Amino acid sequence: MSIRLTEAPFDPGALLTAFSQGRTETGAVATFTGIARAEAGATAVLELEAYPGFTEAEIGKIADQARERFGLHDLAILHRVGRIAPGEPIVFVATAAGHRRAAFEACDFLMDYLKSRAPFWKKERGPDGERWIEPTAQDHADRDRW
Amino acid sequence: MARVLLFGPLRDLAGWRERRIDAASVAVLRSVLAAEDAALGAALGGKGVQVAVDQAVVRGDVALGADSEVAFLPPMSGG
Repeated sequence: MSIRLTEAPFDPGALLTAFSQGRTETGAVATFTGIARAEAGATAVLELEAYPGFTEAEIGKIADQARERFGLHDLAILHRVGRIAPGEPIVFVATAAGHRRAAFEACDFLMDYLKSRAPFWKKERGPDGERWIEPTAQDHADRDRW
Repeated sequence: MARVLLFGPLRDLAGWRERRIDAASVAVLRSVLAAEDAALGAALGGKGVQVAVDQAVVRGDVALGADSEVAFLPPMSGG
């Protein structure tokens, strides 16, 4: 299991290749890549702050839940922090399971947590200044499905 | 001296991210901060603000050691 934060841009394809290698019993790998949106010019840059150590540990608790609940063989989460430009990948989640349903559902479950409760603080900078972002009602509703 | 960390909107409000402050407990630390910056003091007690000591969330008052790390965590936004 790998849970990491990075300030550097990353290549989701390379992460998927590395994650999938050497698995002979896994059967299913699902991934999700989130990409920073431009919001039609309203967002020039996103700034994401984490609490190093604490943030990974809190995500790790949910990852342990996901492993148990969905019987995962493995999972990987990589999250950007710092300044992120529109079009850049911001989060990558990969799940490995014996069969596809568990892999899909675990990936969905992890993303709903990451978008609504994970210890990040997110600021949007655009032409009209900057503002701190809170989870949307939709983010909370998505999280409550589980 | 405890190492005090502020995150997100609290950091913007205070104008600093990290400081060393002499305080024997979280409650003492809160009053030291409130005495020098009333707006920050109020914000630290605001709805949804959690406190972590040495990276574990705590409730109520907790004693601090010389090397304690105290983080004030405003409501988390998700990634």
